[in-house]
Amino acid sequence: MGQKITIEPVTRVEGHGKVTIHLDDKGNVRQTRLHIVEFRGFERFVQGRPYWEAPVLVQRLCGICPVSHHLAAAKALDVIVGAGTGDGLTPTGEKMRRLMHYGQMFQSHALHFFHLASPDLLFGVDGDPLIRNVIGVALKHKDLAVQGVMMRKFGQEIIKATAGKKIHGTGAIPGGINKHLSIEERDSFLKGADPMNIDKMISWAQDAVDFFKAYHKENKDFIDGFAAFPSSHLSLVRKDGAMDLYHGVLRAIDADGKKILNDVDYQNYDDYIDEEVKNWSYMKFPYLLELGKENGWYRVGPLARCNTADFIPTPLAQKEFEIFKNYTNGKPNNMSMHMHWARLIETLHAAEMMQELLNDPDLLKDDLVIKGTKVKRGVGLIEAPRGTLFHHYEINDNDQIEMANLIVSTTNNNEPMNRAVNSVAKEYMNGQKEITEGMRNAVEVAIRAYDPCLSCATHALGQMPLEITLFDVHNNMIDKKRS
Amino acid sequence: MSTLVKFKIDGVECMAERGTYIVEAARENGIYIPTLCNIRGVKPRGSCRICTVLVNSRPMSACTTPVTDGMEIINDTPEINDTRKSIIEVLFVEGNHFCPSCEKSGNCELQALAYRFQMMVPRFPYIFPNKTVDASNPKIIKDHNRCILCKRCIRAIKTDDGKNVFAFKKRGMKLEIIIDPELGDNFTDELAQKAVEICPVGAILPREKGYQIPIGKRKYDQVVIGSDIEKK
Repeated sequence: MGQKITIEPVTRVEGHGKVTIHLDDKGNVRQTRLHIVEFRGFERFVQGRPYWEAPVLVQRLCGICPVSHHLAAAKALDVIVGAGTGDGLTPTGEKMRRLMHYGQMFQSHALHFFHLASPDLLFGVDGDPLIRNVIGVALKHKDLAVQGVMMRKFGQEIIKATAGKKIHGTGAIPGGINKHLSIEERDSFLKGADPMNIDKMISWAQDAVDFFKAYHKENKDFIDGFAAFPSSHLSLVRKDGAMDLYHGVLRAIDADGKKILNDVDYQNYDDYIDEEVKNWSYMKFPYLLELGKENGWYRVGPLARCNTADFIPTPLAQKEFEIFKNYTNGKPNNMSMHMHWARLIETLHAAEMMQELLNDPDLLKDDLVIKGTKVKRGVGLIEAPRGTLFHHYEINDNDQIEMANLIVSTTNNNEPMNRAVNSVAKEYMNGQKEITEGMRNAVEVAIRAYDPCLSCATHALGQMPLEITLFDVHNNMIDKKRS
Repeated sequence: MSTLVKFKIDGVECMAERGTYIVEAARENGIYIPTLCNIRGVKPRGSCRICTVLVNSRPMSACTTPVTDGMEIINDTPEINDTRKSIIEVLFVEGNHFCPSCEKSGNCELQALAYRFQMMVPRFPYIFPNKTVDASNPKIIKDHNRCILCKRCIRAIKTDDGKNVFAFKKRGMKLEIIIDPELGDNFTDELAQKAVEICPVGAILPREKGYQIPIGKRKYDQVVIGSDIEKK
């Protein structure tokens, strides 16, 4: 008799979701689904609000990377107020926003690797769940845990200095920024007491990459083989092909590295991308129009960015990028667990970028805002920690928002996460008589690699975690486990 | 002949010109009595009642009651402050006040009073009224979700020839402020700016100018409302 397994809630991810796994009579996996069971609806209730409220209002859909939403909305509104499409701001306006964004990238990646993902690596996928968590990391690997906390703190302080608050600030306004950095603030980041200075952060970020490489060496089969599958990849890149997390053109490549989107202007993103709705999830399924619904899905996030970019414009991260690229002989890397590797390279890049920006005198100047001829439609894209984030607004004659469309990073990874779940469920559960906690956690590990923010992606209300349910062939629920 | 009168606030001896309203007289003596609908220099209305004090044991609005010789005023007691807090809570539940995304946040008198009186959760149920945003005026936007109907704009914003620009429309729960269509269309920049500044909450907003003051530099980011008076 077949079975249906439910994992609900999925833990150590941002947001609330569940996994269902259907087994046939022989105990083989017949169907898997990652369901996002909540709904928030920011796209609807931002309608009617004055457009300049959007960066402050919409960022409230997330407490983990609100800066990304804040900046993506501000970039869309830059277009509306005639301040250009991402590169028309004053030097201070753009650089303050970039510093805010790299601070955000740094703290979010540190949070994910040290607090959410590291327990699986340090204690094993099937390790004792009582210690396979952040408390276990703090007890057994104190230095690593402290490092994670301090790196996150540093990033949060950068956000506070640029946005006004560590969470949900107001720094970015249409056409620029509302403050510049003070000399005291700058010096506190450049020359702060150990460990709270940028040199230490770069050193720790390098240590984290080295830690992962050493782990990889010892656990090659797991890191290379776990939830690996070919896919297309999409991200922003700078016009010269460099990794740029704040602004650029849209590039998509297929699993062999062939360009599907060749550095196009994202203002016309809806000429290239559409979203499909399925009746079992509140999270939509975006796809590249050129390849259609069936084949047009793609991955976003650190792995995709390291696949699409030609190089990284900071020296230490570039060195690591070359090692990363050489591992697959320059071909796109399709191994889900290498997402962690790419994420740590980006963490290093973010630290180097913060250092470069902090040494830039433009941050201290007071030419903050620029405006031009107003238009009624604006699109803002940014590379959020979890991937490409789309904000699209249209306004009426009275400056009120008439339409908003958000394609959130995690939404882009919907199909890849479903594929990863399917791949791991088959590998770990096919033909097994008993479904153990370790097997269920393996499914979660695959989801966790994508660092999903499920509440962002669905605009969901409520709790965070995830659950797994087991059904028989007649769709009767046999087992349900909350992690 | 001296026009000064002597009176007491919470037992403290005070002096002020005869006829001065209690709120002003208290301010001159370094004592803060909270206000919301009151505006200095404009005839008071006593509509919000946040300034309620006990005058010779009777509750009175301090913004409309003049001091008299020998008056005994009770201002700062747990009971009176709880009444004030309940008024603030009523104002919150009767509107749709989402401070996190409101551009008046940090400069809002209602929010500042809620902080001063340590309002956490209102004791009354939220009404979530269906209110609108009126963005038809070329100079300002009216957000009825945040309006507390204090009439400050009606009383203070007048044209050079003394005509009211704002007025009330409808009754009861549907009561809202409107702008005279003709006078509103010919709003000067100065008058529009004054209307924005006179509004104690985020109900009258300037067009295309949100969040320009960074967090930390806003009026009530560093100081509690009323502390400027208490320091004197």
